[in-house]
Amino acid sequence: MPSLANPTRFLDLAGRLIPWLAALTATLFAVGLYLSFFVAPPDYQQGETVRIMFVHVPAAWLAMFGYALIAVASLGTLIWRHPLADVAAKAAAPIGATFTLIALVTGSLWGKPMWGTYWVWDARLTSMLVLFLLYLGLIALWQAIEEPGRAGRAAAILGLVGAINIPIIKFSVDWWNTLHQPASIVRLGGPTIDSSMLTALAVMAGAFTLLFVLLHLMAMRAEILRRRVLAMQQMQVEQAALAET
Amino acid sequence: MPDLGPHANFILAAYGFTFAAVVALAFFIVADDRKQRQRLADLEAKGVRRRSAGAAREGKPARGRKS
Repeated sequence: MPSLANPTRFLDLAGRLIPWLAALTATLFAVGLYLSFFVAPPDYQQGETVRIMFVHVPAAWLAMFGYALIAVASLGTLIWRHPLADVAAKAAAPIGATFTLIALVTGSLWGKPMWGTYWVWDARLTSMLVLFLLYLGLIALWQAIEEPGRAGRAAAILGLVGAINIPIIKFSVDWWNTLHQPASIVRLGGPTIDSSMLTALAVMAGAFTLLFVLLHLMAMRAEILRRRVLAMQQMQVEQAALAET
Repeated sequence: MPDLGPHANFILAAYGFTFAAVVALAFFIVADDRKQRQRLADLEAKGVRRRSAGAAREGKPARGRKS
C-alpha cells in the first residue's frame, strides 16, 4: 500500500489493471443482464417491474459507497495529507453523482407503476436527493477553487460534514415511516428476497461495483495527469520569467 | 426478450437511462484522460519537464509537488 502513495507507481498499476477490469466488467454485465431478463422470474406482487431493482439497488449502494469513499479520502487529505487522497475524492464525485442520479431516476420509474407516483417527500427519497446535491456541491467547490491543494482541503471538510447523510439514508426506513420499503437484503436475519432474484441482483451489484472501480481508476489517472500539466505550465511560466531577467 | 407486461415502458426506460448515463460518464472520463495526455505531450514536446522528473534523472529526491 505505501507504494501506491507514489502517483507514478499508481499510474503504472492503473494502466495494467484498467484493460482487465474493463473486460471483467463487460463480462459480468453480460451475465447479469441475461440473469435479470431471462432467468429471474417476475415477482408475485411487483410483476415484471422487479427487473428495475437489478439496476436501481446496485446504483443506490454505489451512490452511498462513493460518498463513503470520499469521506475516508477526506480524512486522508486532512489528517495524513496522502498525495492521492484528494485525487481519489475529486475523481469519485462525478461517478457518485451519476450513480445517485441513476438510483433516483430508476426509483421514480419503479414508483410510478407500483406506488402511483414518481416522487414522494419521504425520508429515503429525500435523503438520496440530499446526497445528489452534496455531490453537486463538491463538484462545484472543486471547480470554484483553482489551486488543487486549497480546493482539496475545502472539499474534504464538506465531504466529512456531508458523511452524516450516509447513516441517515441507510436507517431512514427504520427511523421514519416511509413509503420506501425497509431493507430486504443487507439486514439482520438475512435477505428476504428469493434466491432466483438474489443471484441476478448479486451479479449486477458485482458488475456495477467493478464499473465504479474501473471509472474511478480512469478518473484518478486523468486527475493526476491534470495536476502534472498544471505543475509543468507553472514551470514554463517560471522559466520564461527567468529568461526575461 | 421476455414479455415485460403492461409496465414494459417503465422497465425499458430505467435500463435505457442507466445505459445512457453510464456511457455519458465513461465518455466524459475517457475524453478528459485523452485531453490531459495530449496537453502533457505538448508540454514535453516544448521541452518542459517536471521538477520531480529532473530530480529523478539526477538521482536526487523530488521536492515540492508530489504528482
